[in-house]
Amino acid sequence: MAAAIAPVSRGFLQRYAIVILAVVLLAVLPLSLDIFRLGLAAKYLSLAFCAVGIVLIWGYGGILSLGQGVFFGLGSYMMAMFLKLESTGADTSAQALSSFFGSNLPDFMVWNSVEQLPWWWEPFHHVWFTIPAILILPPVVAFVLSYLNFRRRIGDVYFSIITLAFSAILAIVIIGQQGVTGGVNGITDFRTFMGINLDPDNVKIAMYYITCVLLLVCVLIGTFILRSRLGKVLVAIRDREDRVRFSGYDPALFKAFIFAVAALFSSIGGAMFTLQVGLASPSLVGITPSIEMVIYAAVGGRLSLVGAVYGAMLVGAAKTFFSENFVEFWLYLIGGLFIVIVMFLPHGLAGLLDKLPGAKRHRLAALPGPEPDAAGQAAGERPAARLAGEVGGGK
Amino acid sequence: MSNINRRNFIKTSSALAAASAVPFPMINLRSAEAAGTVKVGILHSLTGTIAIAEKSVVDAEMLAIEEINKAGGVMGHRIEPVVEDGASDWPTFAEKARKLLERDRVAAVMGCYTSASRKAVLPVFEKLKGLLYYPTYYEGLEMSPNIMYTAQEATQSVIAAMDWLYKNKGKTFYMIGSDYIWPRTTIKIAKYTLKKLGGKLVGEGYYPLGHIEFSSEINKIKAAKPDVILNCVVGGSNVAFFKQLTASGITGDKQTILSLAVSEEEVSGIGADNTAGTMTCMGYFQSLKNPENQKFVKAFKAKYGQNRVTGDTLECGYNSVYLWKLAAEKAKSFDVEKVVAASSGLEIDAPEGKVRFHKSNHHLWKHARIGTFLPDGQVNMVYESPLIEPNPFPKL
Repeated sequence: MAAAIAPVSRGFLQRYAIVILAVVLLAVLPLSLDIFRLGLAAKYLSLAFCAVGIVLIWGYGGILSLGQGVFFGLGSYMMAMFLKLESTGADTSAQALSSFFGSNLPDFMVWNSVEQLPWWWEPFHHVWFTIPAILILPPVVAFVLSYLNFRRRIGDVYFSIITLAFSAILAIVIIGQQGVTGGVNGITDFRTFMGINLDPDNVKIAMYYITCVLLLVCVLIGTFILRSRLGKVLVAIRDREDRVRFSGYDPALFKAFIFAVAALFSSIGGAMFTLQVGLASPSLVGITPSIEMVIYAAVGGRLSLVGAVYGAMLVGAAKTFFSENFVEFWLYLIGGLFIVIVMFLPHGLAGLLDKLPGAKRHRLAALPGPEPDAAGQAAGERPAARLAGEVGGGK
Repeated sequence: MSNINRRNFIKTSSALAAASAVPFPMINLRSAEAAGTVKVGILHSLTGTIAIAEKSVVDAEMLAIEEINKAGGVMGHRIEPVVEDGASDWPTFAEKARKLLERDRVAAVMGCYTSASRKAVLPVFEKLKGLLYYPTYYEGLEMSPNIMYTAQEATQSVIAAMDWLYKNKGKTFYMIGSDYIWPRTTIKIAKYTLKKLGGKLVGEGYYPLGHIEFSSEINKIKAAKPDVILNCVVGGSNVAFFKQLTASGITGDKQTILSLAVSEEEVSGIGADNTAGTMTCMGYFQSLKNPENQKFVKAFKAKYGQNRVTGDTLECGYNSVYLWKLAAEKAKSFDVEKVVAASSGLEIDAPEGKVRFHKSNHHLWKHARIGTFLPDGQVNMVYESPLIEPNPFPKL
């Protein structure tokens, strides 16, 4: 059987990386996993949205964000608010509680003596507000916040620290305002989405496929952006921001744009997470999960959009596998895994490809990147210089 | 040469990938009762911030399982514990609950400590028709058909404590708590009880979990001069709260301080010096004098070390396993619905004395016990209520 498989070259894997990913997600996993494991895969894939975004902003934009949990959380909570309002009306135990307390609010508001639904909860009664809000609000927030920073040329470590602060702030606000956010308990116990019961297996399988398709679309959008001229400017900014600025570009605008795209991906991931896992929790908003998302990207290879998906799945699967089999010391094994990957595979899983036959190009030319050429050269300084020359900036 | 190796590697791994892609029938024949064993899930945080409290509950539950297995198991079935780590993270709790029910097909789960983790797993247990025994005193306002609550709900501790304090210690109260659902609900019930009794609330304050700066609140307490301080602060914050109280001269010998979330276990963290003379209200104390408790404490220390202490949640975890065993034996089945039905009115001789399940509401009839902390961290019991009917939805 092995003889029937032609030797797989690196070029083949690179060229068809997205196709291979699609086959893995849409055929291999659903056929080989039972429904419980498929549910877990869907959970990891929801987090992979963030990792894909991080590859865009960190790998290609040079912006290390430690706050993607903020946008994941916004998407997750907005979806949770919609689901909670819908289930509060329909659920019998919630009704029993409501009639007992004499109010028809989500359960956690009742416990916290909140008398009236806060005004900003009201629009989430409508799915046609909720879904656009999930798609628009986080990118807008991300764009405004980051543009203000990039305008003032706050970058590098300082921007990382600011994003870190954002994720801490959002987690603290959510925990502190438990009457309207569910606090540390989060928002749980949903029943239906637009009248569709979320429990049956076929709904779960459908959710899994929707997640996969959305994720593949995000990867394609990312690839498209990186291959466009915008992507090239982005790489140039990453490598020599000052030269791009002297060439007449406004780097802040480009960086804020790509940051907003990453926020959009994270928000979609958050919404899919809540739909499938059935809760929104501040433990997915704060600093720890935000850093974990960066680790997914690092494990996958920070220059590889497709790698990020594998990275998120590998880390998620490793966590589940280790914690099920080595209950006592699984955290050490996860830590060990990260160390091994960083030490021996500095370019993540995507870096494995460099070790395959046919590896001629620069090491940083990661698999799905822009055309391998551009990414390869981007690692050096030449494209930025060339670009500067092209647009007529002084040389 | 190395290329050939790599190629071989790829061939083999591709073959493996291809093989794993071939669908195979889901082999899920494993069930809870296979081959003379019955699986029981243990779902607590073994890592993360809450682990410090939950690990000892796991110890108590494992002790009960070991004892039952030594005595011949449940209806001849050995209990096989499946331990999972909730990692102090609510989504992880939900994932692991699902795993225990769907993959391991456990007959019951002993688990959860915080209300947040219980809220996260509740939908999973209801949807998959599982059975959870929840061993922590909590705020009430819940009655899931798939959860048995083996510790006291709010009315079983706070109302009894308020009655006793009002009769014996004074009429003005200051209430302080951590800012989340359990302290808020408990203080809500306490205020209502106080109003009914005719006492007066002179102040209240809430602080986030993990808060460590109480000096401004302590100044307010000093200004308000309450007869009683009702303390609903939870977890690590108690260390700071008690140290700062002691530093400001408010100590148990001069001021009545009653804590609702401080047991012998917490005292070992707070420091027995700082809590000496303050009061607590729990369903169980290690110092209870009865043969069941002496046996339990002895077995616990023999297994885990002489310096370990037992406390309320630990004991409820231990009871939970026995309550499940008795119910299964009474039902002659591990079927969740039958076990739940058999639990109605089920009575057990626990280390805390006789307790029994309510006919319908899944909670236990329990004693409320009030005691004073001694300098060695143990409790001198001063009051024991008769069995109190559980009422998770009190009319306020």
